[in-house]
Amino acid sequence: MNSRINAPLAASGLRKSYGGNEVVCGVDLALRPGECFGLLGPNGAGKTTTLRLCLGLTDPDAGHIEALGHAVPAAARVARQRIGVVPQFDNLDPDFTIRENLRVFGRYFDIADSVLEARIPGLLEFAGLTSRADTRIQTLSGGMKRRLTLARALINDPELLFLDEPTTGLDPQARHVIWERLRNLLKQGKTLLLTTHFMEEAERLCSRVAIMDHGRIIAEGEPQSLITQHVEPHVVEVYGETAPQWADDFGRSRSERCEGTGETMFCYVHDPAPLVGDLDGRGGLRYLHRRANLEDVFLKLTGRDLRD
Amino acid sequence: MAKNPWAAPRPSLRFIHVWRRNLLVWRKLAIPSMLGNLADPLLYMFGLGYGLGRMLEDVGGMSYIAFLAAGVVCSSTMMSASFEAMYSAFSRMHMQKTWDAILNAPLTLDDVLFGELAWAASKSFLSGSAVLIVAAVLGLIPSPWALAVIPLIFLTGLAFAGLGLIMTALSPSYDFFMYYFTLCVTPMMLLCGVFFPLAELPQPAQWLAQLLPLTHAVALARPLVNGELPPSWLIHIAVLAAYAGMSAYIALALTRRRLLQ
Repeated sequence: MNSRINAPLAASGLRKSYGGNEVVCGVDLALRPGECFGLLGPNGAGKTTTLRLCLGLTDPDAGHIEALGHAVPAAARVARQRIGVVPQFDNLDPDFTIRENLRVFGRYFDIADSVLEARIPGLLEFAGLTSRADTRIQTLSGGMKRRLTLARALINDPELLFLDEPTTGLDPQARHVIWERLRNLLKQGKTLLLTTHFMEEAERLCSRVAIMDHGRIIAEGEPQSLITQHVEPHVVEVYGETAPQWADDFGRSRSERCEGTGETMFCYVHDPAPLVGDLDGRGGLRYLHRRANLEDVFLKLTGRDLRD
Repeated sequence: MAKNPWAAPRPSLRFIHVWRRNLLVWRKLAIPSMLGNLADPLLYMFGLGYGLGRMLEDVGGMSYIAFLAAGVVCSSTMMSASFEAMYSAFSRMHMQKTWDAILNAPLTLDDVLFGELAWAASKSFLSGSAVLIVAAVLGLIPSPWALAVIPLIFLTGLAFAGLGLIMTALSPSYDFFMYYFTLCVTPMMLLCGVFFPLAELPQPAQWLAQLLPLTHAVALARPLVNGELPPSWLIHIAVLAAYAGMSAYIALALTRRRLLQ
């Protein structure tokens, strides 16, 4: 429990139901100062509800939350004074220019206009939008809007940032820019709570992740240790019409674990040599040999079924 | 927040930031918006006032257009507050998610609702006052007592802003607001003494009219522009204040239920 004392965000025993359907069922979280903590989970796992609870936007049915030393929801308003939020869906003000979006949002924090005017140029530069400061936001691309949303979340110079799927819907270029900015914020000592279902994003940014499903945290730790703990180190992916047949004849018996979806087989092994040797010798089947990653952990723990 | 949506309102002064945000948007379109707000009431006033007015000797001891002026000040206040609290607020709440963004800052839904109420009342105050000024310029306002109509416009605006926000809290889409206009706003235009004296209506309709807020706004405004304080002025103010207070409270509770669960 000691680690919780200085935790920028600590939650224990969180529960929340909607109409008899429990969407958060006993979640515990404790962030360390200056880390990026990833909350991963399929759609509907309860990630966004957990964030809403931690921001004091909805009351938990049970549990305790403390954000930056303030009890939430009782003192959520005080806590939010030093929290920044990047919501899942852009809610920039379409009636305003980029600069006005930052200025108006800053006023919500009771920040004096003189302080805001001093702060805005730096944020525009951070977002790479200096040259467009006085254009309306309708003309911006998805990536620009996300960068502006991120800059807006920094207007109050927060200690703690909530990022709800910050790169969903962005092209790879835009995504890499956001990642670079987030690393920048970590260097400045800010604490990040990130939800995502891009495992690559979590592996790149997060020092620790928690995997959430059906309202519960089912695994938690450093990405690398979760990988060693939960899955075999090598994966051989085999593609093609005859892949399932190959798995039945050969692959399955030589793998620790072998799963399929359609015409793709995933073979998890400690030693990939026998599989790769066989596939090379046999020919006709395309395959990919790679190291196991967080996505493999995620799929093992949450299953391959579609979540709608 | 929101264990019990009917808990007492706890707004903070930060509601001013919401009001100011809306003002900043309005300023960008102030001139077309004001002209739009003025066009409708002035068309009623001139069209009916001069057209119909020629056929009438006088109504309630004054020219018909002067009679109409005080009524149209109140009805345009009602219209403007209703539009702002419904279509515009619904856009901010539901389409643009402006309220969601604000709630991530250190504001509560109570602040947002009070900011929206104050804004819709302010905007309708501008509309109502603009009609009053035009009427004064045309010499239709004989008494300086008409200045007392100015705070009345704001109170009327608050009452209709609250009612509009109740609709917004319940509304699944823009189409929903048509019910309110057809079932409430239009009947009030016709029943509350805007176009003709209440006494011309059959008795049951007069009783019904006494329950409606616009009746009390008109019943105050018309004598005031002629320099008279109606004997039941306190009742009229009390009814409007009760509408403003109750509707604000109900709108807040319903919006909490909608957004904070």
